Amino acid sequence: MNRMYCDTALETHIPTPFGPSTCDMSEPYDRGLVEDYGRWREFAPGMWAWILHKFTGWVLIGYLFTHIAVLSTALDGGATYTATIQGLEALFVVRVMEIGLLAVAVFHILNGIRLLMIDLGIGLERQAASFYISLIITALIVIASVPTFLGEVGV
Amino acid sequence: MSTEHTSPEPEESTTVSDDTVTIRVFRYQPEKEDDAEPYYEEFAVPRVDGITVLDALMWARDHEDGTLTFRHSCRQGVCGSDAMFVNGRQRLCCTTQISDLAEPVQIDPLPHQGVLKDLVVDMDHFYDQMHAVDPFFDPDELPDDPLEEQRQSPENREHIKLSTRCIWCGACMSSCNIAAGDNQYLGPASINKAYRFIKDEREGEQRRDERIEQMADDHAVWRCQTQFSCTEVCPKDIPLTEHIQTLKRDAAKRDLSLW
Repeated sequence: MNRMYCDTALETHIPTPFGPSTCDMSEPYDRGLVEDYGRWREFAPGMWAWILHKFTGWVLIGYLFTHIAVLSTALDGGATYTATIQGLEALFVVRVMEIGLLAVAVFHILNGIRLLMIDLGIGLERQAASFYISLIITALIVIASVPTFLGEVGV
Repeated sequence: MSTEHTSPEPEESTTVSDDTVTIRVFRYQPEKEDDAEPYYEEFAVPRVDGITVLDALMWARDHEDGTLTFRHSCRQGVCGSDAMFVNGRQRLCCTTQISDLAEPVQIDPLPHQGVLKDLVVDMDHFYDQMHAVDPFFDPDELPDDPLEEQRQSPENREHIKLSTRCIWCGACMSSCNIAAGDNQYLGPASINKAYRFIKDEREGEQRRDERIEQMADDHAVWRCQTQFSCTEVCPKDIPLTEHIQTLKRDAAKRDLSLW
C-alpha cells in the first residue's frame, strides 16, 4: 500500500548510485506535492490561519533568543545594558522590527484564542470569519502602535 | 515536484466561446511508450444548459477520445466515484456546474494520490484507512427476533445524521496537508466514520471504548491541525473538523484525572 509513496519525484530527478529511478511504469504516477505550495492562491482561510500561526510561532521563538541575548548584556553591568538598548533603539530598522514583532505576537495571541475556541468546539462554522477578525484586530493594533514605536527615533 | 511538463496556470490564449466550454484535462497513459509523462489536453465541449463537469468529460470521451479515462457511476452525487481536482479544488464532477467555474475548466486527478491513468487515482490507501476503523456496527445486544429492527432514538439519529452522509469519495483526504505528509494518519473520512459509530447509541459499550482508544492515537485525531480543508471541500457538507474536534475532547476526557 505504500508503493505510491516511494518518492518517485526525488528518485527521478536526482541521480543516485542505484540508477535513475526505482519506480517503473506499472507504478502509479506520483505528481509530488501538486497543490501544497504551488497553489497558494487557492488556499482557504483555515489554511492561511494555520500557515500564519506556524510562521508567527517560529518568529516568536527566534525573538526569544535575541531577547535573551540583549538581556544578557546586563551581566556586564547596568551601563553596558543601557548602552546596548540605547544603541538598538536609535536604529530605525529596530523600531520597524519591533512593530513587526508586535504584529506577530498579537496575531499569534488572537489566533491562539481562535484555536482554543475551535478546540472547545465553539464557533467552528465561523472559523473563517474569526480568522479575518484576528487579522483586522492585529492590523488596527499595529497601526495604532506606529506613533509609539517610530516616535523620537535617534533621540 | 514534477512540474516541467505542466503549466500551473491555464493558458491565456484559450478563448471563451458561447457555444463551447473548454476543459483542460490531465492525461497520463502509462501504457503508451512515447507518452510516459503526463500532459494536458483541451477539449471543446458543446455548451448546454446545466452541463456539469462530468457531462463535459463524458462528452469528450464519447465524441473526441475514447481513451479518456475517469471514474463515474451514479452521476448524481451518491456513489462518490468522480471526486476530482477541478479548478484547484476537490469537487464531485457530477454535482459541479460548469457555469459556476472559471473557464477553461482545468480537471486534474485527486492530489496526493498516485495516478493510474488519466483522472483515475489509486484509492487503496484511502480505503485502507477507512477499513482501519472497522466501519460496521458491533452492538452489545441484538433483538431476539432477527426480523426486528435495532431501534435508534430520533434525537440520536439527528445527532449523527451528517456523519452518515459520507460517500467515500476521498475529497477530504486529498485536500488534507497533514494526510499528505503522514501516511499513517487515518484522515478526515475515516475519523468521521469512527465518530458515526462512537456517537451511535446502539454501538456496544466496549466497542465504543475501543474506538475512542483508537482515536486517541498520535496518527488519529491528534494529527488534525484544524486547517478546515476537509470541511471546505466535502461535497456532502459534513462538518469533518467539528467531528474530529469532538473526538479530540472525548479522547482527552478519557485520560483526564485530577492527579
